[in-house]
Amino acid sequence: MSPVIGVLAIQGDVREHARCLEQLDVDVRLVKTAEQLKGIAGLVIPGGESTTMSILAVKNNLFGPLRELRTQIPMYGSCAGLIMLADAISDGRADQETIGGLNITAKRNAFGRQVDSFEIDLHIPAIGEPDYHAVFIRAPLVEAASSAVEVLAAIPADKSLTGTDQVVAVRQGNLMATSFHPEITSDLRIHKYFVDMVRSA
Amino acid sequence: MATDAASTGVTGTTRVKRGMADMLKGGVIMDVVNVEQAKIAEDAGAIAVMALERVPADIRAQGGVARMSDPTMIDEIIQAVSIPVMAKARIGHFVEAQVIQSLGVDYIDESEVLTPADYINHIDKWAFTVPFVCGATNLGEALRRINEGAAMIRSKGEAGTGDVSNATGHIRTIKGEIRRLSSMSKDELYVAAKELQAPYDLVCEVAEKGALPVVLFTAGGIATPADAAMMMQLGADGVFVGSGIFKSGDPIKRANAIVQATLHFDNPDEIAKASRGLGEAMVGINVADIPVPHRLAERGW
Repeated sequence: MSPVIGVLAIQGDVREHARCLEQLDVDVRLVKTAEQLKGIAGLVIPGGESTTMSILAVKNNLFGPLRELRTQIPMYGSCAGLIMLADAISDGRADQETIGGLNITAKRNAFGRQVDSFEIDLHIPAIGEPDYHAVFIRAPLVEAASSAVEVLAAIPADKSLTGTDQVVAVRQGNLMATSFHPEITSDLRIHKYFVDMVRSA
Repeated sequence: MATDAASTGVTGTTRVKRGMADMLKGGVIMDVVNVEQAKIAEDAGAIAVMALERVPADIRAQGGVARMSDPTMIDEIIQAVSIPVMAKARIGHFVEAQVIQSLGVDYIDESEVLTPADYINHIDKWAFTVPFVCGATNLGEALRRINEGAAMIRSKGEAGTGDVSNATGHIRTIKGEIRRLSSMSKDELYVAAKELQAPYDLVCEVAEKGALPVVLFTAGGIATPADAAMMMQLGADGVFVGSGIFKSGDPIKRANAIVQATLHFDNPDEIAKASRGLGEAMVGINVADIPVPHRLAERGW
């Protein structure tokens, strides 16, 4: 039986994530309420605007159930979703709430504003060759991570203007997150990696 | 133009421009004229704010030439909120657009709400790193704007009225014309392109996908939670609310209510809950009472 994977449908790239998952033979459910979280085997938190997503999750009483669920099922967050899964945020609103679970500090809009959004090829050993074409839009960065966090991908120092590795994809147990947006490219390897996590959970 | 930024990746690509609009889907973009309003919008859950000096209802009431906002005011709003900030340039005014890009706004609206600067040409939007949203009343107009580089389309409606009828008409027209293209055989698309006055390649792309290649929001006259939810049910990816919030009796309540109704657009119980006790809606003007030369939707070509 195909597992049901939820996509948090408050706002953002919901449709694109759903389309990617459907191509991998899972059943997709769009989730806007606590009720709809029941029975899912995994949850994707899409790209979007993390401030808005967080404010609306508070208003719709979703943080409680989401925090409870994060210890039970795999979750994957892209861009705003990475911020939602981070234990700490820098450069966000002081009152911005997150689901947490990933022992990282996420830096919001780490690369600048929209004019600085970019595309780049990344080496990601966990999904194999060839390099993955990653799209970053007002993207966050993993500024700090505890030793429990596995780095899946980084922009290497020689390609980043900071002169240091910039961590852009991480995993810790059942939780994974990327700064970039696999849902708006046709390469399904990131989603497949997550679906495999769900199937083996 | 592609330039190097915080990494050696490529910036200003079509994908990052259109992708930015993708991230706004399902959201409400609110017109704001100062920092205080921008904060109210952000707290209510707006996905972005449009920084401008006068909301359309005031532009209508006060008359005169409406232009780009003061850069200082745009800067202050950029500093005050963490959500994306958009700003308006006059149709065809590429230097206003250059100025707005230099301020670091996230999206430029080449808008019929301001007085046009060029009655023949729109801005060549490919020349910019910052993405553009443009208004359209029908599919042909939308595709001409996309051909010029627009990365997001909003149906126009009639701004500053609080009368949703034109917004309804425009989104229905655009969606209907898309459905019609999808049902055509391939050899009919040449004439369809001619009739739409739109590039053939874009017409084929729309026919095949059954959708625009960019995000489609709706705007112009949305004043209530039910208005916003109706636009979403008609197939909009999100809504712009201009005068409807800050020209109403209780902007904070109304901003929150419109956001909730947009999120739960297919749930009448939630829309009902959002619609309770909002106080006065903006007074509004019936579009039919506005003499034709003063209708903003007819600007743009």
